Amino acid sequence: MEFLEAITIVPILGIAEDYVFFGEVVISGLLTGVMYSLVALGFVLIFKASGVFNFAQGIMVLFAALTLVGLIDYGVPIWLAIIITMGVMVALAYIIEYLILRHLVNQPDIILFMSTIGLAFFLEGFGELLWGANVKALNIGIPEISMDVGGMLLNSFDIIAAAVGASLVASLALFFQFTPMGRALRAVADDHQAALSIGIPLKTIWVTVWSVAGIVALVAGVMWGAKSGVQFSLSLIAFKALPVLILGGFTSVPGAIIGGLIIGMGEKVAEVYWGPAVGGAIENWFAYMLAMVFLFFRPQGLFGERIIERV
Amino acid sequence: MTTMVEETQTSAAQARVFNETLLSVDDISLSFGGVKALDSVSFDIRKGEVRAIIGPNGAGKSSMLNVINGFYHPNEGSITYKGTKRPEMRPDQSAQSGIARTFQNIALFRGMTTLDNIMTGRNTKMHRNFLWQALHWGPAKAEELEHRTIVENVIDFLEIQAIRKTPVGRLPYGLQKRVELGRALAAEPDLLLLDEPMAGMNSEEKEDMCRFILDVNDEFGTTIALIEHDMSVVMDISDRVVVLDYGRKIADGTPDEVRSNQGVIDAYLGVSHD
Repeated sequence: MEFLEAITIVPILGIAEDYVFFGEVVISGLLTGVMYSLVALGFVLIFKASGVFNFAQGIMVLFAALTLVGLIDYGVPIWLAIIITMGVMVALAYIIEYLILRHLVNQPDIILFMSTIGLAFFLEGFGELLWGANVKALNIGIPEISMDVGGMLLNSFDIIAAAVGASLVASLALFFQFTPMGRALRAVADDHQAALSIGIPLKTIWVTVWSVAGIVALVAGVMWGAKSGVQFSLSLIAFKALPVLILGGFTSVPGAIIGGLIIGMGEKVAEVYWGPAVGGAIENWFAYMLAMVFLFFRPQGLFGERIIERV
Repeated sequence: MTTMVEETQTSAAQARVFNETLLSVDDISLSFGGVKALDSVSFDIRKGEVRAIIGPNGAGKSSMLNVINGFYHPNEGSITYKGTKRPEMRPDQSAQSGIARTFQNIALFRGMTTLDNIMTGRNTKMHRNFLWQALHWGPAKAEELEHRTIVENVIDFLEIQAIRKTPVGRLPYGLQKRVELGRALAAEPDLLLLDEPMAGMNSEEKEDMCRFILDVNDEFGTTIALIEHDMSVVMDISDRVVVLDYGRKIADGTPDEVRSNQGVIDAYLGVSHD
């Protein structure tokens, strides 16, 4: 009875009592959510274009951040380091296409998936070989001060990071939804053979999406890295992107955004208001539970393409 | 009554004469491991004709189409297209050079609508560079409208206005085949390859498809090479027929010539051993 009260009445009272604090919780959750969206977006891009879940996306985030920090440590100015790292991610896309993808055209998805696992391990080792394995601080000069917005205390870094993420996400969403390139990309995702037969060069499409995914990884790496240091655990945020994808749908760019926001906000609110009832640490598993519940009712996600099976 | 109609159609088709060679395959051999799918096959496809490739199952018909379209690269032999010997080509390059095709087991973009599917067929004709496309503005915008007009014409031609906005995954089989033809037509191809365009259709759908194929050939002068199992259809709509068996060419000529060829009769009915 006491437990029931703790998970029903107490949280509601808590919210009603101090709605400014509730607002703070929601907004900081949403800001984290944008970051989740950013990581999830990298997955969606590659999934759309090659129908493969890119296991290496998390490592790409780490690899990009490591490269950036490494360059800055060598004394390269920040703006130049960012440009060089972008170049590195594009070069990586070319190499991946040349060494892996082109040999696996028309293979079952599981084979492509396995190859990305291999890629993940390689990149992890290669990144550490180049730049070392210790935790590095990344300071890109975004101010980190508390600001008072309508009575709520918010961190300026979170707001800037969210703004950068949001604009990137928005432009990508428009690009893939409304341009011929976006249509070509969806075509490749649907059927390699058919896409080739209408003259879409797979190579160009794959290099493009892997480059874009690499750059998205860089942005995610910079934002998360500046927040919590560049270290191996950075690659683990990829696992947070999984529930985001299940919620939003693997093929939907808008889905990745909304999914990220729901997860980010949901886990914060759950932690603060429902956490005490079960002894805390809800934040760690809330996203996965939400994803599981979602799978029961809407396996294609909020915005994913309807799964149509013909008998 | 029906036989009379068929006869007039056949003789009308035979009256057509084609002189200019669009594509010729010379001594094409293709093997997968130890299996010879094609064994020095040569024939040509002339501009403006309807050319049928027939043969029993496993004769190498689809392999031949895949060689022409660039999915397979022959071990030996050469392909001459539009007067020049063609280097080894990827399928997207052959599409760029004006060869469009449909597949035996439909290969559509199932998540997209009919309209979007046919629109993808315009891909080879889209020339604006990447940046314009990304901005979706200026010349690219005007170009998109132009493509849209052509696609709408294809939709009207195939009488599929009612399903423009339907995701193709939900369409019945016969309509999917039609959308796939539409996508190939949208490319305004010089050579249209159809891999069993009527397989699995009922007789009404077959009639429609026949009509579309003949109309495409008539109205746009598109050269068509098709694989088909239904003999009456093949004999009705094609100008010339090439017959493959076990990867080898066993006959080549007008429907009437092929029909009376002893080798063809043997291949289809089996040779009597008494």
